[in-house]
Amino acid sequence: MSDRTNLSFREEKGNRKGIFAWILSTDHKRIGILYLYSIVAFFLTGVVLGILMKLELLAPGKTVMDPATYNAIFTLHGVIMIFLVVVPGLPAVFGNFLLPIMIGAKDVAFPKINLLSWWIYVFGAIIALSSLFMAGGPPDTGWTFYAPYAFKTNTNMLPAVLGAFILGFSSILTGINFIVTIHRMRAPGMTWFKMPLFPWTLYGTGWIQILATPIVGITLLMIVGERVLNIGFFDPALGGDPILYQHLFWIYSHPAVYIMILPAMGAISEIIPTFANKSIFGYKAIVLSTLAIAFVGYFVWGHHMFTSGMSGTALYTFSLLTFIVAIPSAIKVFNWVSTLHKASIQLEAPFFWAASFLFVFMIGGLSGIALGALTTNIHLHDTAFVVAHFHFIVFGGVGFAFMGAIHYWFPKIWGRMYNARLATTGWMIFFIGFCTLYLPMFFLGFSGMPRRYYDYVEEFHGPNVVSTIGSWVLALGLIIILYNLIRSATKGEVATKNPWGGRTLEWTVDSPPSLENFDEIPVVTRSPYDYRKNIDE
Amino acid sequence: MTTLAHIHRDDEASKLGMWLFIFTELLLFAGLFIVYGVYRYLNPVAFHLAAEELSVTVGMVNTIILLISSATIAMATTAVRKKNKQLTLLFLMATLFLAFMFMANKYFEWKGKFSHGIFPGSEDLQRLGHGDTLFFGLYFFMTGLHALHIIVGFVLITIVAVRVNNNTLTFENPVLLDNSGLYWHLVDLIWIFLFPLFYLIT
Repeated sequence: MSDRTNLSFREEKGNRKGIFAWILSTDHKRIGILYLYSIVAFFLTGVVLGILMKLELLAPGKTVMDPATYNAIFTLHGVIMIFLVVVPGLPAVFGNFLLPIMIGAKDVAFPKINLLSWWIYVFGAIIALSSLFMAGGPPDTGWTFYAPYAFKTNTNMLPAVLGAFILGFSSILTGINFIVTIHRMRAPGMTWFKMPLFPWTLYGTGWIQILATPIVGITLLMIVGERVLNIGFFDPALGGDPILYQHLFWIYSHPAVYIMILPAMGAISEIIPTFANKSIFGYKAIVLSTLAIAFVGYFVWGHHMFTSGMSGTALYTFSLLTFIVAIPSAIKVFNWVSTLHKASIQLEAPFFWAASFLFVFMIGGLSGIALGALTTNIHLHDTAFVVAHFHFIVFGGVGFAFMGAIHYWFPKIWGRMYNARLATTGWMIFFIGFCTLYLPMFFLGFSGMPRRYYDYVEEFHGPNVVSTIGSWVLALGLIIILYNLIRSATKGEVATKNPWGGRTLEWTVDSPPSLENFDEIPVVTRSPYDYRKNIDE
Repeated sequence: MTTLAHIHRDDEASKLGMWLFIFTELLLFAGLFIVYGVYRYLNPVAFHLAAEELSVTVGMVNTIILLISSATIAMATTAVRKKNKQLTLLFLMATLFLAFMFMANKYFEWKGKFSHGIFPGSEDLQRLGHGDTLFFGLYFFMTGLHALHIIVGFVLITIVAVRVNNNTLTFENPVLLDNSGLYWHLVDLIWIFLFPLFYLIT
């Protein structure tokens, strides 16, 4: 079965033993896996918190927790999911593991800095989560840390804010590493427009990480200064302006949404041509729309603040730009759908994830347009509609792409196949649970249920029950998926080099790859999605 | 994983990485420049009066010190390429000395302000009004963050000097010196903006 010739990167013996061979390794594949395990651990923590929140909302009034605990839980859920899971998510795991292989390199440009950024990530995570175990309890501000409450609350704001600041460094270093790697280390013959789309999206992501993260870094530092030194940057009592905080925060945090979604789009752009057995439709349009999203995404932050108080000109401009940023995303969706047109599709688990990604991403995107329009925004602002919208994008979009990516590259990473039937079952239950969980929130928000409330009036009871049941179904799906993957990582059938018939470079190396990825650096002569039969092998 | 067969070295990549990092540093300060701009616009008179409290002489001396230190580290990068170890060390030590002088100057400047009851969160400052609170809040925050960068640069240059001294950094691999130089110029550049914003515009 196996066509491996070399020792794989996981069998290779360094001169360190046991766990140190991993946590001190500068091999990009081992670092990717370190990230994977850490991110999955935090993701499961966040899921448990989310399920607890839904449980509280099962019935009006107090169900399982008091309001203060609910506030702390939705804050932690947000901080963990955004800063520890979704922002590093695809780039840190699949970017690290696959970027060098996909562009025909032996490692990233700065392997030691790569390891450092994982350590910074772990350090930041520990700092952020230490607030849980200190007197005063975890912060209760929401993950946005809005001023002036962020420096008035008696909960442990400092660890959370400092942790997020430190995590920013990890993100920046990864971004720099990827950009330099892509500039300097592409295999001979791989021109920019012969580069696969996943590296392209990592390139766009890297630039957003570099350009946006420092702004949130300094903003979080200002919150620290505010709390420790009582400076007054955002405190109206001292002359500061809380709205300015919101601007600075969203100057980062809106582009951060594109840090999350771009690599997800990249993964989808890899999965779809492989399972359609067809060259991707409009390669250049996808590349250019990636760069357009990275660029325009920078100028739309004001749409988070339509009700905060801004001049009419600013409102119209931000609303218009928000509509404009939807165009490149729509271009990508059309390209993916056109790729599937008249294709002979292989129905495998990664494809199901990609197809359902299209479905949930469309719903998330279109509800975003509803929120980007000024008039509807006034009605929907701070309601469950917003929560449904961004969960459809961030959990539906990024989460489904992550699941698709892990099912797609699983044979490459672990060198084994998973049980296809179980994977499909898990996907179906997860997908049904996801829609049951979040679709009712659109109705709830539309009829006026505010977000972040632990209580609600009787009229909202029905949809909330449906939503909570959805969270259980989703959890069941997740358990099946995890069981299947964890079991298959050691017990699955041994995988070949190219189980899906992919055309990009990672399918030409062993599964799992050897330490150096390639015996000889490949010379690239054709485009990455060349599915013409006559040049096969 | 020390069994890595290939030793990958790409000086161009290292410099590209450093430039990108410098970019992020500029953006870090850019956030503060925005805040400064907004509050100056909202409190023009108070900012004008508060700026007159700062000594232009002290600020100018520090500007000159930093400009000279940028020149000395630039000369160190040239000296190392001319294989002149003594001269390289001399210029590095000069840079370190100037960095120290800058910090000493800063220390006395801050100390003077503190003794007049001007420091973040002080009651004297709050009596002066919102504009002064914000001006000096920004002053301490921005020059403090800049001083932190001076300290980081100091540590970096010390490491470079040690490595030049024990011959592990020579004309064959000057990239660490080059990158430290780039970083030092960044620190200088930020000061070039801080100086007029706080001392000169009155």
